[in-house]
Amino acid sequence: MSVLIYAEVSNGKLAKNAFESINYGAQTAQKLGTDAIALVLGEASDAADAGKYGVSKVLNYTGEAFKNLVPEYAVAAVVDAIEKTGADVIVFPHDYTGKAVAPMLAAKLDAGLVSGAVELPDNSNGFVVKKAVFSGKAFAHTKINTDKKIISVLPNSIGKNVGDGSAEVETVSFDVSGISTSYTVKEVKKESGEISLTEADIVVSAGRGLKGPENWGMIEELANVLGAATACSRPVADIGWRPHHEHVGQTGIAIRPNLYIAIGISGAIQHLAGVNGSKTIVVINTDPEAPFFKACDYGIVGDAFEVVPKLIEAFKKFKAEHQ
Amino acid sequence: MKILVLISKVPDTTAKISFTENNTKFNTEGVQFILNPYDEWYALVRGIELKEANGGSVTVLNVGRADNDPIIRKALAIGADDAVRIDTDDLDALNVAKQIAAYAKDQNYDIILCGKETIDYNGSQVGGMVAQLLGLPYVSLATKLDLNGDTATLERDIQGGSEVIEVKLPFVASAAKGMAEARIPNMRGIMAARTKPLNVVQPVDAANATEVVEYSLPPSKQGCKFIDPDNVEELVELLHTEAKVI
Ligand SMILES: Cc1cc2nc3c(=O)[nH]c(=O)nc-3n(C[C@H](O)[C@H](O)[C@H](O)COP(=O)(O)OP(=O)(O)OC[C@H]3O[C@@H](n4cnc5c(N)ncnc54)[C@H](O)[C@@H]3O)c2cc1C
Ligand SMILES: Nc1ncnc2c1ncn2[C@@H]1O[C@H](COP(=O)(O)O)[C@@H](O)[C@H]1O
Repeated sequence: MSVLIYAEVSNGKLAKNAFESINYGAQTAQKLGTDAIALVLGEASDAADAGKYGVSKVLNYTGEAFKNLVPEYAVAAVVDAIEKTGADVIVFPHDYTGKAVAPMLAAKLDAGLVSGAVELPDNSNGFVVKKAVFSGKAFAHTKINTDKKIISVLPNSIGKNVGDGSAEVETVSFDVSGISTSYTVKEVKKESGEISLTEADIVVSAGRGLKGPENWGMIEELANVLGAATACSRPVADIGWRPHHEHVGQTGIAIRPNLYIAIGISGAIQHLAGVNGSKTIVVINTDPEAPFFKACDYGIVGDAFEVVPKLIEAFKKFKAEHQ
Repeated sequence: MKILVLISKVPDTTAKISFTENNTKFNTEGVQFILNPYDEWYALVRGIELKEANGGSVTVLNVGRADNDPIIRKALAIGADDAVRIDTDDLDALNVAKQIAAYAKDQNYDIILCGKETIDYNGSQVGGMVAQLLGLPYVSLATKLDLNGDTATLERDIQGGSEVIEVKLPFVASAAKGMAEARIPNMRGIMAARTKPLNVVQPVDAANATEVVEYSLPPSKQGCKFIDPDNVEELVELLHTEAKVI
């Protein structure tokens, strides 16, 4: 028995969200009184750092097959690692990778999968995992009835605790030539430089209240000062003021940053559905009746064109004082 | 070209979320149900577009009870040719996937499309499970899908970018925003939908791998603290000392 964690790699290193999955798996293992082992597919120069987040061992599967994500290869590697470690709890990130691999693994193992976990499993009465449902408007405490249990962790839900320690890294060369699939990754397009929306700790977002695309300069400047990613409401992406990949909400991307600053966004329920997992929400809106004020922590009733420039100055001052 | 689109029924996006029976059941009172937006806007419409360009048929499949028939008829009105409903409760993704795979395995579909996720359970599970059970490749979270003979080229989002995937037919893909533009059914479609076949199929035996034992609601926000627009320094201070997010 043990807990196996699928630790994602990005650009030759453990991905930022890998540490949260590792943390989750390590804490789960502690709770169950067993070991946690991380599985790393592909080259990761800092694989031993997984130790800082609570695992003692890393299985690193290397080879060309793992350069990009081919779900069938990933599933085969996880199955192999489960055989090696006797794992019966397998932890994934609930992201672009976890959503591709975890369901296939569940069907392969005939195992129950709870996706989007927000807390450690509760093993006091069966094995119950709390997951976000209704786009973050509620939680479902879901019991897994099978012997093997698969969990994918909602990003930014349990945080990352760094300790010290270093994990022993065992390299496994894994032969995928017996696996036939027509799935091939032809090209990877990275948006370089920008902070990825789902990984950002702070997100600055604006809506139709900004009146036009030419007014986004101050939004970008505010984001810059805060080291934040930028987002927008759906109509703004639909009219083409902002790129589609910035659209957050029910039908866009769901995010859970530590701080979400919403400027000139009314706070329609479909918008809230994608952002209400944020730890702290700040709303700037001219209309005191805007629904967003009912769902935020801090509010400023005021004109964005006056408030945002002032806010930029105030954050700059704060940064200068807290270097 | 035979295309299968998996469709599910969900509460309307504006529905009030509450629970009954000791927080074990979703309270459906006064709730309007709709076709899951990802299934309708992206998977179904792209399926119909591919059929229009290449010939063939689009079948929609739902695992659920007879009260799902209105949303199935809506899919037919948008342009699917026929429908299948597997008559059982959909309480667990793996069970649902087994039902779908058992039906689809002898049908030789070229493409199976589903939505990125259901907007109620937010599982993102069924498509990948169906693919694995049928031994087909699975392209998840696809934002684009083009066909060239028996080869499909898809785009999918990844952390901080996107990737281009090539795959041979048959395959399973889950559809995300970008794949197509929503279509509104017209009067002719609605009329035609009434007479299109909706076949009810009996389920196979399968256990539920998971079950929801309880629902809960997030703690409500403490209430908004208002800050004077002429004193934004106070907000910065509170974000630092109280919320501890900067
Ligand atoms: C099925 C469905 C799915 C949807 N999915 C999404 C989704 O994923 N994401 C999403 O965002 N929306 C979604 N919507 C749309 C949603 O219902 C709202 O229409 C949308 O969020 C409104 O965008 P907005 O707040 O930018 O614009 P508006 O509603 O027009 O609000 C603009 C706000 O700006 C304020 N304002 C005006 N001038 C200023 C100023 N100078 N300074 C400060 N504030 C100002 C106004 O008081 C107002 O509150 C969906 C709708 C449907 C039906
Ligand atoms: N009961 C069902 N019947 C048919 N298809 C379903 C059902 N439930 C989910 N699906 C499909 O699987 C996708 C993902 O669902 P989920 O895994 O529940 O998030 C949905 O968008 C549908 O396309």
